[in-house]
Amino acid sequence: MTAVVIKDVSKVFNVGKPNYVDALVDIDLTIEPGEFVSLIGPSGCGKSTLLRLIANLIEPTVGSVLVNGKPAAQARLDQDYGMAFQHAGLFDWRSVEKNVELPLELKGWDKARRRARAQEMLELVKLPEFARHMPWQLSGGMQQRVAIARALASHPPLLLMDEPFGALDEMTREHMQSELLQICASTETTVVFVTHSIPEAAYLSDRVVVMSPRPGQITEIIDVDLGSGRNEDTREADAFYDSITAIREALRGIGHAEIRGGMDDR
Amino acid sequence: MIRRAARRTGLFCLALFLVACAWEFYKVIGPEDGGSVFGIRMIPKASNRAMPHTWDILQRLGEPENRAGGDPIWVAVAGYAWYTFRLSLVGLVLGIGVGTGLAVLMTRFRFAERGLLPWIIMSQTVPLIALAPQVVSWSGRIDIFGWEWPRWASVCVLAAFLAFFPVAVGTLRGLKSAPAASLELMDSYAASWTRTLFKLRFPAAVPHIVPSLKLAATLSVVGVIVAEISTGIRGGIGRAVLSYQQASTGDPTKVYAAVLGAAALGLLLFGLVVLIDVLLMRNRPQENPA
Repeated sequence: MTAVVIKDVSKVFNVGKPNYVDALVDIDLTIEPGEFVSLIGPSGCGKSTLLRLIANLIEPTVGSVLVNGKPAAQARLDQDYGMAFQHAGLFDWRSVEKNVELPLELKGWDKARRRARAQEMLELVKLPEFARHMPWQLSGGMQQRVAIARALASHPPLLLMDEPFGALDEMTREHMQSELLQICASTETTVVFVTHSIPEAAYLSDRVVVMSPRPGQITEIIDVDLGSGRNEDTREADAFYDSITAIREALRGIGHAEIRGGMDDR
Repeated sequence: MIRRAARRTGLFCLALFLVACAWEFYKVIGPEDGGSVFGIRMIPKASNRAMPHTWDILQRLGEPENRAGGDPIWVAVAGYAWYTFRLSLVGLVLGIGVGTGLAVLMTRFRFAERGLLPWIIMSQTVPLIALAPQVVSWSGRIDIFGWEWPRWASVCVLAAFLAFFPVAVGTLRGLKSAPAASLELMDSYAASWTRTLFKLRFPAAVPHIVPSLKLAATLSVVGVIVAEISTGIRGGIGRAVLSYQQASTGDPTKVYAAVLGAAALGLLLFGLVVLIDVLLMRNRPQENPA
């Protein structure tokens, strides 16, 4: 069974109004279980919109989205995915462990089971001793790790991430990337990852989906051949630089097209 | 925590002492019979009848209520204040209930906000004194399953009429302050609107609700006292202010006993809300000065 199937999806905001926007046009994308797929592209290319369509936070104007072999709406009801955003978005009034327990609480798990799972998740993100702390007592990187623990708490097969490391400094960011890869390998989670950063996409992904704006389209899908078991040495491997170059050129292609388009208008 | 509380109490006593000093200072320099500015009597009289000495006011607290004798007046005033306190508490709870209910309704339905908010704001421009006789006339006319509407309930309704406003406005702002990403997160969990209300919106609203409760508490006391005076209901501090005032020619310090009682009861209710504040905000990141 495939993890995500997006078929002929288009999304128009403000349908039929003068300020309508073609956010996404004719998107086809299939993601296999265990795959790490990044969505990259300039601002306004609809990568976050695509992520929200998979999450069923918005509905496509046309086309269909299947998650785990079910319609996206059903997958959301079944909590088949976890989500993490750019800002950790932890609830200030809940302790770290209670934040991790939130999705389980909404699923109706009893307290003992929730506690045990929260402890397990906090060990996974290497923060077991901070269970009783309040979120605002933690650094930005630690908060983001708690957010990942929360997203994975119900052991969903799919993890959706919207620039989760965008607000972190470079050092923390690289560290978190390695940890995310380890976590995903050990939990066999499929990941769809929205990012602005070319090296981040190259380091993390099995496939990088390059998107262009106005209207949002997939221009190229690049296979990243770095194998499994990536570590800090990977960042200095030739294959890593080759992947970065490939992604950069795909993005540059969009830039040229845009400049040419602009000149044609004159 | 305790040290800070002690320092605050100390500062409060100091402030009280300074006010007493200012009072006595004015009595020394102020004109005995007051004065006029541009033909309007604006400068208060400094005579012992208009402004008794602070020590006379304190001494009066220990003397009996009437010439006939009996318990010292502070015992009687404490009784009135207790009565008014209970009415204020009922008014406050009622106001919080109505205010919160309206805020939830306005958060849930956009049209409710557009329809209700102007009326809520307009309600506060109606003077309480104009409204009081109407509400008091409910007693004897309303009968809920054999429970006859008592006059004190009208006073509570009038207090709630003042108290609900800051709660409604503050809670509305608070409920809307939940970040979009957090709302999206609850959406991704397929959480219902009601669960989102209790798990996210209300906790996120607490920093907005707490200051509105402080306003509501003081407004509730003001509401009860004004309602007591304008409806003439017996037993509370409002009535005491009125009747002691009438005795002021012969006994000018008497009315200040009631005024002190009213101030003390306002502080008591405010203190109760501060306690709630401390309980609700104990795990929050920001320091919230009481």
